[in-house]
Amino acid sequence: MKYIDEFNDPELAQRLLDDIRATVTQPWAMMEVCGGQTHSIIRHGIDQLIPAELELIHGPGCPVCVTPLEMIDKALEIASRPEVIFCSFGDMLRVPGSNRDLFRVKSEGGDVRVVYSPLDALTIARENPDRQVVFFGIGFETTAPPNAMTVYQAKRLGIANFSLLVSHVKVPPAIEAIMQSPSCRVQAFLAAGHVCSVMGTAEYPSLAEKYQVPIVVTGFEPLDILEGIRRTVQQLEAGEHTVDNAYGRAVPAEGNPAAQRLLADVFEVTDRSWRGIGMIPDSGWRLAPKYRDYDAEYRFMVSELTTAESTECRSGEVLQGLIKPHECAAFGTVCTPRNPLGATMVSSEGACAAYYLYRRLQPARGEVTNVG
Amino acid sequence: MCLAVPGKVISIWDQDQTRMATVDFGGVQKTVCLEFVPDIAIGDYTVVHVGFALQRLDEASALATLALFRELGELDLEFGDAWQRAAAEAGASPHKQDRGGTTEVA
Repeated sequence: MKYIDEFNDPELAQRLLDDIRATVTQPWAMMEVCGGQTHSIIRHGIDQLIPAELELIHGPGCPVCVTPLEMIDKALEIASRPEVIFCSFGDMLRVPGSNRDLFRVKSEGGDVRVVYSPLDALTIARENPDRQVVFFGIGFETTAPPNAMTVYQAKRLGIANFSLLVSHVKVPPAIEAIMQSPSCRVQAFLAAGHVCSVMGTAEYPSLAEKYQVPIVVTGFEPLDILEGIRRTVQQLEAGEHTVDNAYGRAVPAEGNPAAQRLLADVFEVTDRSWRGIGMIPDSGWRLAPKYRDYDAEYRFMVSELTTAESTECRSGEVLQGLIKPHECAAFGTVCTPRNPLGATMVSSEGACAAYYLYRRLQPARGEVTNVG
Repeated sequence: MCLAVPGKVISIWDQDQTRMATVDFGGVQKTVCLEFVPDIAIGDYTVVHVGFALQRLDEASALATLALFRELGELDLEFGDAWQRAAAEAGASPHKQDRGGTTEVA
């Protein structure tokens, strides 16, 4: 067993695997929603340790991967302006826009800064009152409350030279879109643990019921993922479809009420395009009208952008779980972390990057066929 | 990006009427906003995402996760120099290797 010694508790890992093996009687396909889970699964070879009947379909939960190309191009245009200090999380630096990335903008003289917390960008704004400071606010429900708090503080403290370029996305509408796709093979979901730390589990029972799929809230560590798979398989084999929480230590059922209140104040739900996937109704957040003065899209009014996506890149199909990364002809040949064609090859949470880093020298296990 | 790292609250103070803390992540200390976890106290463990505490966590779980993250290099990813990492991945520095420990041929 080539990976199991790397688990922090190999005996527990073995027990979980034994239990999964003893439960499985037929093929099942489940989707891990979060890119952090995908990374962990590939890094630790979890997809190769579990019984061959089980397929893990990698989901769209990589925030930098699904940020729409048009928004990346807007960010690059704003970041290039001489009056702007453009702040971002580090994992956006090499996400490809139509013809460059933030790393390139910086090398061309743009003032691009990486921050640990969005509040750091607010501090930069206070220290540079004669400059425009923009923070690139992307991410799922986990990252939205910190960005909401930063805009709330900017307004409360009157820091007028700060603005947020917002492209937040939400998990439940994506689950809905995946289940409504004619090519959907997903029979169960491992829900994203830290998204649920914020939002709780209340949004999921109606989805489990409507689409007859088990939804198991799952953490990110290898043992958490095995436990999530174990509970999912139990439900699938028993013909059940309920919401179960396998990450209780960080996910109370109600989530984080203070964060939810602030989200409701600062943001409003909007349709959002997902890179490689397309528009998903009500799947995003934008700033509510009373915070519009702090919206970088309104402040800078970037227009006349012509976006151009790579014609070779199949990251959209990867993000929808329709193909595995190595099934794309560009994977590992013209598309590598050094020269990424798509965002999935860049981020630590992107499925293509994970396969490239941990899998490219190993023979692939036979794919489990469609069990529809 | 949804990585959240457990840490121990070392000190708490008020900044512009906002509750802030110094949180220790196994040796790395960061300033963290506590506004979403109003009842957390010095000595408690909390799950932190991009400088914001999101939930309380029990000590045993927190320490186990921190030990695992350190071993896996996740703490470097969270708190390390993103420019250096981006430069290495872009091949801008001949002295750096990519995170997989392999040298690119492209």
